[in-house]
Amino acid sequence: MTMSTGFPWLTVLIVWPLVAAAATALTGVGRGRPAAGAVTGAGRFGAGAARTVALVGALVEVVLLAGAFAAFDTGDAGTHQLTQTASWIPALGASYAVGVDGVGLLMVALSVGLVPLVILAAWREQGGDHVRLRRYLATVLLLEAFMVTVFVARDVFLFYVVFEAMLIPAYFLIGGFGQGPQRRYAAVKFLLFSLAGGLVMLVGVIALYLQVPAADRGPQTFLTDNLTGLTLDPTAEKLMFAAFFLAFAIKAPMFPVHSWLPDVTQHATAGTSTLLICVLDKVGTFGMLTLCLPLFPGASRWAAPFVIVLAVISILYGAILAIGQSDVLRLIGYTSVSHFGFIILGIFTFTSLGTAGSGLMMLNHGISTGALFLVAGFAIARHPRQSQLIADYGGLRTVAPVLGGTFLVAGLSAAALPGLATFVSEIMVFLGSYARWPAAVLVAVPAVVLAAVYVLLTYQRMFTGPVVPDLAGARDLDGREKTVAGVLVAALLVLGLAPGPVLDYVRAPGEVAVEQVGETDPPPEVEPAAASAGPDGTAPSTTRVTTEGSLL
Amino acid sequence: MNEFVAPPIDWAAVSPVLIVLAAGVLGVLLEAFVPARARRGTQLTLTLGAIVGSLVAVGLLWDRVQEGAVAVVGGSYLLTPFGLGVQAVIGVCALLGVLVVAERTTTGQDAFAPAAAAVPGTAYEDETRRAGLQQTEIYPLLLFSTGGMLLFPATDDLIVMFVALEVLSLPLYVLCATARRRRLLSQEAAFKYFVLGAFASALFIFGIALVYGFAGTVRLQGVVQVLADPSVSPLGTMPALVVLGLLLVLSGLLFKIGAAPFHAWTPDVYQGAPTPITGFMAACTKAAAMGALVRVLFTLSNGLDPATRHDVEVALWAVAILTMLVGTVVGAVQTDVKRLLAYSAIAHAGFLLVGVVGPDGAGAQAVLFYLLAYGLASIGAFAVVTLVRERTVSGDESADRSPTGPVPDDGVVLGEATRLAQWAGLGRRAPWLTAAFSLFLLSMAGIPLTAGFVAKFGVFSAAVEAGAWPLALLGVLASAVSVFFYVRVIVLMVLTPPPARDPGTASTGSGPAAGAAPTGGGTAGGGGTATVTGEATRTLVSRTVVTVVGSRGPAAFAIAVCAVGVLLLGVLPAGALDLVGQAAQFRP
Repeated sequence: MTMSTGFPWLTVLIVWPLVAAAATALTGVGRGRPAAGAVTGAGRFGAGAARTVALVGALVEVVLLAGAFAAFDTGDAGTHQLTQTASWIPALGASYAVGVDGVGLLMVALSVGLVPLVILAAWREQGGDHVRLRRYLATVLLLEAFMVTVFVARDVFLFYVVFEAMLIPAYFLIGGFGQGPQRRYAAVKFLLFSLAGGLVMLVGVIALYLQVPAADRGPQTFLTDNLTGLTLDPTAEKLMFAAFFLAFAIKAPMFPVHSWLPDVTQHATAGTSTLLICVLDKVGTFGMLTLCLPLFPGASRWAAPFVIVLAVISILYGAILAIGQSDVLRLIGYTSVSHFGFIILGIFTFTSLGTAGSGLMMLNHGISTGALFLVAGFAIARHPRQSQLIADYGGLRTVAPVLGGTFLVAGLSAAALPGLATFVSEIMVFLGSYARWPAAVLVAVPAVVLAAVYVLLTYQRMFTGPVVPDLAGARDLDGREKTVAGVLVAALLVLGLAPGPVLDYVRAPGEVAVEQVGETDPPPEVEPAAASAGPDGTAPSTTRVTTEGSLL
Repeated sequence: MNEFVAPPIDWAAVSPVLIVLAAGVLGVLLEAFVPARARRGTQLTLTLGAIVGSLVAVGLLWDRVQEGAVAVVGGSYLLTPFGLGVQAVIGVCALLGVLVVAERTTTGQDAFAPAAAAVPGTAYEDETRRAGLQQTEIYPLLLFSTGGMLLFPATDDLIVMFVALEVLSLPLYVLCATARRRRLLSQEAAFKYFVLGAFASALFIFGIALVYGFAGTVRLQGVVQVLADPSVSPLGTMPALVVLGLLLVLSGLLFKIGAAPFHAWTPDVYQGAPTPITGFMAACTKAAAMGALVRVLFTLSNGLDPATRHDVEVALWAVAILTMLVGTVVGAVQTDVKRLLAYSAIAHAGFLLVGVVGPDGAGAQAVLFYLLAYGLASIGAFAVVTLVRERTVSGDESADRSPTGPVPDDGVVLGEATRLAQWAGLGRRAPWLTAAFSLFLLSMAGIPLTAGFVAKFGVFSAAVEAGAWPLALLGVLASAVSVFFYVRVIVLMVLTPPPARDPGTASTGSGPAAGAAPTGGGTAGGGGTATVTGEATRTLVSRTVVTVVGSRGPAAFAIAVCAVGVLLLGVLPAGALDLVGQAAQFRP
């Protein structure tokens, strides 16, 4: 029994990266391994050609994504579209069910959009060893297929399977292609944290399945829609919520289960970190939004105060620790802890503005942090010892002005400078949260200042001042690197200055999420307090934010 | 009056067992009459034919048994759908296991001693080696063992069950002692297995005696009747007897599946036995014993009153938890591949037990699927181990080769390279083998999209459904720990560069058993694990490198089938789950 509406865009988006990964893995096999350091492969179709195959594959995926966007009706972004359901394991009640709402589509876009940039950024990585590079790129494409699947899964079992299975390619990306002798330790830490969370979630998944009355269990029990709106025993619901939430909090990562993240960002390549932090970890917050809230509305309301406290701690803790870091990739890792705190805060305020802001922030954080990672990666590649220590840099702006400029833009976006993408979403989260949790917002707001501190301090130490001798001969970005940085900076500016079109994708899902959790937006009398920053209190809140963003 | 009346016997129902046992008897005769040249081929054909025949019989019986259990001789042989399902799993695993046993690799040698009776290190042993003898009795022994396994889960009679237990165990004790290399280790393993196995058998039969004392019968159905109506039996009012008896019988079975605290034999035996036999044992014995355990447990606990049943369940909980803990925690520090897989087998016994702690047969389906998934991964993994070998590095040709020259085993390829450190960088040398091994390990770890995940999902679901969610939670946490050591091996194979790639500069190669690099003299005595005979220990150079020998077909085929099976059961398990679901209609 296959049900689908129209062309199966999402299935194609899942399958194509697999094809591209296979093609990449097989390109130039048997051609031998060119000497390390040689930039071009032995032959025209030697191992060196694999990166071209990978890039073309990733770009075709982008074209396919455009098709999916064209087929998506933004007027109805709150419901799942492009759906397709097929029987998979009827005995377990699991089906292959895909479909996206607005937020899901943005997440797919983020995954699909970042992959070609990561491939391009990795063009010269792995020490010129083309066989390694080929494996790296094939793994990246394999991971892309999993990432797309997890964001479009409409079946809890399918979601779980992919959620866990994607750990394996991610693990190899960290442990196999990272930097430094500690990378295997980082990979194992990542794997153990994720698996522990994931397996606890498995118990939750099983328990949830068993909440369905035995008579109603059929071959499609695991469809998210079928599991939504069950009458659950409050204690069981809380336990199941906790099982799911733990997995997502580890993934997200959220204080106090974030400690794997800095190690991973320090030891993985910049490209891996980009995929891992900017896309993979979004599965955590995405799961909270699309699984925790609708499946366990009562427990979500019950847990909201605790979650919000933890989110606020994450926000401040991540920002403060980021300031103290001496390793630039570690620093970016801690900034993400802070930003994920914002996303979780927005989700658990249960206001359509906050939830929509979180949806948007998932996209924006992905772009701005991705830009930070990749540009920092470019800077590290210029250092003769590939040092990641901030202290080893200085005056890089003088020799590589474009590099410095893009780093500054990406950093300022992370610090939510008005006019750049993150600002819009962050202000939405703040306004949405203030309506219900004013104290949390007041405590969290200083993080914005801290963000400015860690970004500007890092910029000052690495890019200004006298040029350190090691970097005196550093080149500026070449065409390839400019393309990567340019695309990301352009995206930050477009989303910052004209967020209107993107907001159409997140607004309706935000409202749906609030409705599913059984809350209503707070009464308007609270609004003026939040709206005091905005010029007119009468316009719908999202429009107001839009105006604000573009004005500033 | 005293005329013996032959009971009517439903031969068709017994055929899966009979075919295999008859072929075993025939195999023994063949040993005597077939010329040595043709013996191996004949035996192998007979063995494979018998197991395939048995599987066909299982297939033919399938629909018939679905309609109702078939009892032969009043339940001495009782074919339930579940029993038939276990027989199918045993048959499939045995078939693949025999293929691995038959592998002679490109070195032309199988994994078994030319003459198992030769005392290790004697001139006689060298003689047999030189003569190129082969121990083809391996195959009938395998058939007898398989026959016992097939009977084990398909009887209602505890005495028959005991006989089946012995029929499956005794050949295994012998088989364990027949390794071609590291023979002392192999014989020690067999002895250990035998002594502990005899102890477990004693517990088992003492348990039967107590049950008989209580009920006056050894038929499980009869015991259930006495439990329902104690007045039937003189000691029927003493249920403590049956509880103690049940616990003792279960202990005997738990020994066979390698559950803690009856697991002590597992690592040593798994390590010492010839690797193909280890794979066979891991997959098939576990399936048979688990089938019998499910049969005994679910039948008897049916009749017990709730309080007593609870006590039995508590005992099983404790065993399951302990088994998972021992398997994963101790497994995490192993440095030998075979020992690691042995502890993994212990952990899996724990996961299987999680599936049966429920009060009813809800877990039977999950257990059956788990046995199949684990069996495939296990046989495949051990088959890979048989192909990764040590090879001497003849750095100083004249000095090193002459003493061992007469021994045909010397030359290049030695025994299996089972130390984990030796597996470093295997992915570069044998990418497909590494991929298959990684797949088996991931399946054992229960990573989604492999058979192991669906299997674990099944047993944990059964446990949660039965209200044993703390057990399921512990199970998943144990899984998380076990992933650590499976992945460690994968990292070693795929990500770690090999210690020395070039045999010419192999002085840094994988050194003596202790792992210390040979510092100078090539005759450092630590190479004992790699040597063939006691004499050779003193003369053989300890410097070896790891090599992958080619398969001559059967093992490669078995590995491929296992790998495809593991993937297929993981990605598209619907068909297999349906079959297993049919088989899980357990009660007669």
